[in-house]
Amino acid sequence: MPKVLSVVEHAYAGTIEEQDDTVLWITHMVKNAGGDISALLRGNATNYAVRGQDASGLRFGGVTLSVPPTIEKDVADMIAKGITVYAVREDLEQRGISASDLVPGVTTISASDVARLFDEHDQIWHW
Amino acid sequence: MADKTITISLMDGPYDSETTTTALRIAEAALSKGISVNVFAYEGAVSLTLKGQTQHPNPVKGTTAEQQQHPTTAGFIAALFEKAGGDAQLQWVNCGLCVDERGASDWIDGPRRGGPADFYKWSQESTNTLVIGTR
Repeated sequence: MPKVLSVVEHAYAGTIEEQDDTVLWITHMVKNAGGDISALLRGNATNYAVRGQDASGLRFGGVTLSVPPTIEKDVADMIAKGITVYAVREDLEQRGISASDLVPGVTTISASDVARLFDEHDQIWHW
Repeated sequence: MADKTITISLMDGPYDSETTTTALRIAEAALSKGISVNVFAYEGAVSLTLKGQTQHPNPVKGTTAEQQQHPTTAGFIAALFEKAGGDAQLQWVNCGLCVDERGASDWIDGPRRGGPADFYKWSQESTNTLVIGTR
């Protein structure tokens, strides 16, 4: 079975409307379908692994978003499902995010290790 | 008639970016303050008001459509039309050519067909204009 790395970089694109991140979602769905898939958070998407996000409260007139996205939980659920979730350490540091800010189980790697990580996978899905 | 009017131009379609949600929040805030709002939906944004948008379940979370309460942009915009009234009016124009090339013509109540001339006219008449292009 080919090993796939799903690279998430463009962050918070429609997550309110979708109630999740579409790339994390499809990555999780591929895992559920039996795929051997990992995820790499880089750039602004490294923030997806930060604990304490709250996207609740959106309301337009009489319509309330009753089920807001819970992306940090989605990341944690992916890890619990056996999906290795990587995050680029330098991208975290540039945003002032420390390892203790992340949900447990995220694997941080240095930017210089990204090429090696790519090489360890058969397919790179860079969304 | 409101003393102030803001005109907003949108280009992104539903479920593509956060900019549209932010723009709708600005529209909501303006209406709440008694400011009229004009929206010109250009290119992919004409799909924001499609009537056929449907809530769906989430197989990753194992939730039903009822539990998930998946939002639709058409639902958000319909709520803005319901909120508008009195002095603070909401006008929404979908770019007709953009609608035609997408076959995206089945809308909720409220929007009307128009074109760039509407947007230009609004921009000249409004207190201010906010152009939100696609990225």
